Amino acid sequence: MNKKITRLFSRPLLHIFIVFISLMWLMPSVGLLISSFRARNDVLNSGWWTVFQHPFEFTQYSLENYAQVITASGLGRAFLNSLIITIPSTIIPIMIAAFAAYAFARMEFPGRQIIFIIVVGLLVVPLQVTLIPVLRVYNRLGLSGTFIGIWLAHTGYGLPFAVYLLRNFFSALPKDIFESAFLDGASHSTAFFKLALPLSVPALASLAIFQFLWVWNDLLVALIYLGGTEKVAPLTLRLSSLVNSLGQNWHLLTAAAFISMILPLIIFFSLQRYFVRGILAGSVKG
Amino acid sequence: MKKTNLWAWLYITPTLLILAFFLVYPAVNTLFLSFLDRKSELFVGLSNYIFAFTNKNMLYAFRNNLIWLVVFTAFTVSLGLILAILLDRVRYESVAKSIIFLPMAISFVGAGVIWKFIYAYRPAGSPQIGILNAVLSKTFNLEPVGWLINRTANNFALIFAGVWIWVGFCMVILSAAYKGIPKELLEAARVDGANELQVFWRIILPVMKPTVAVVATTMIINVLKVFDIVYVMTNGEFGTEVVANRMFKEMFHFRNFGHASAIAVILLLAIIPVMIINIRRFREQEAIQ
Repeated sequence: MNKKITRLFSRPLLHIFIVFISLMWLMPSVGLLISSFRARNDVLNSGWWTVFQHPFEFTQYSLENYAQVITASGLGRAFLNSLIITIPSTIIPIMIAAFAAYAFARMEFPGRQIIFIIVVGLLVVPLQVTLIPVLRVYNRLGLSGTFIGIWLAHTGYGLPFAVYLLRNFFSALPKDIFESAFLDGASHSTAFFKLALPLSVPALASLAIFQFLWVWNDLLVALIYLGGTEKVAPLTLRLSSLVNSLGQNWHLLTAAAFISMILPLIIFFSLQRYFVRGILAGSVKG
Repeated sequence: MKKTNLWAWLYITPTLLILAFFLVYPAVNTLFLSFLDRKSELFVGLSNYIFAFTNKNMLYAFRNNLIWLVVFTAFTVSLGLILAILLDRVRYESVAKSIIFLPMAISFVGAGVIWKFIYAYRPAGSPQIGILNAVLSKTFNLEPVGWLINRTANNFALIFAGVWIWVGFCMVILSAAYKGIPKELLEAARVDGANELQVFWRIILPVMKPTVAVVATTMIINVLKVFDIVYVMTNGEFGTEVVANRMFKEMFHFRNFGHASAIAVILLLAIIPVMIINIRRFREQEAIQ
């Protein structure tokens, strides 16, 4: 009885704590979103929270900041570049990794264990240690500042995690279905395409979301291999240079930042389940 | 299993070639370059490493990474753990989780802009448009603080932006582990008269220790490589430099590839213990199956 009372007593505190943390975690994004719709002078002269004094006066909101950053600041082009970079950088590594993962999980060959352990080790290698040599090769081959170059780089950096995650998933599939398929005369390629891949759609989806967000949100790889080439710069690169050039023009910076966030947010809200599953399956990515 | 050596090699060769080119070769090459001069022409022995451990800016960077290591890891893991346990007790768990997890979808660059705006600073007297200084001056009647300039505050300001992003990640993993603990175990302890704190310290924490370790190592890796947030918000000025940002500067601003390589190798060495832990853990899991 005594315990029940103390627990009942702490319920309000529990709710206050959780609601407080939730609001605190939501507030930064809300502030950004509201500011991106406000006029320049409003943003510079009053805090975004002042709109709550009269939230339904719709004349104070406009899309002008968006129009300006998309055209004048080149965010439209950057958005397109981000798509061009991210889609192949998501598909290529997953395709290549799926084959390797199948071999590690279901085929017998000398060195299988040790090679896979090397892959596990490579999971956490800091990209920094690869930048200079790869960039030098890229410069020699004319690959820096090109989409092909960055697709390949993201493929290389994404592969260990993709192989690791898929291999674990393929290994966990029930053995019997493969054995009965082999008894019926199926080859490995049939087992791979007709059994392993279709059964792994959830894992492939998690992995695709993970890799997509990772590439979309990447700054470092783009910064190194695309450098100052504005024609091919993705959103993150463009946004980071706007932070310097726009300085205190918060009405524009907030709109630009929101444009860079919109697609990840849509993916997050519609596919959160897969995203969470991917995180749970492979929390060792560096 | 069928014996099909040739097919197996066919399946893994593309992966091996790509890993060799993008990870293994460059790592070895960077190690080699770290003993050469700025243009990678002359052998200079350990002088790049001596630079890395004596240069004033590098020492700042090491100190800051250490602050990040302690503060960031402690905050993300403990707050993630607290939330994982407390959220399990309310009905709106999934909504609260989505909100706290949301920043994970945002790029560090985007988060950098968001937090730079929160920390925006105007001299006292003029309207504060950054919410933090507005709260300080209006609610508490204090002087506004230049959060990103002030040398005692700025590192913590950057770290908190990082915490905002990563707590959701810790929470999600720890929550899954927490939900895996049999509820009868906790109830039995409560029936025996244990209070909530005892249940936490004596049962929940010991059971969850392996997961906490995984989450903490992931956070430590993040800290060692932290770059984007600092690059966007301060670019390492006012004493906020971190190791990865130094490496970038040595590479692109000073074009000193010897220095840059040595810094990269130091990062790699710092991460090798984590690598070994991961491999050991993987082998243990395999042994169980």
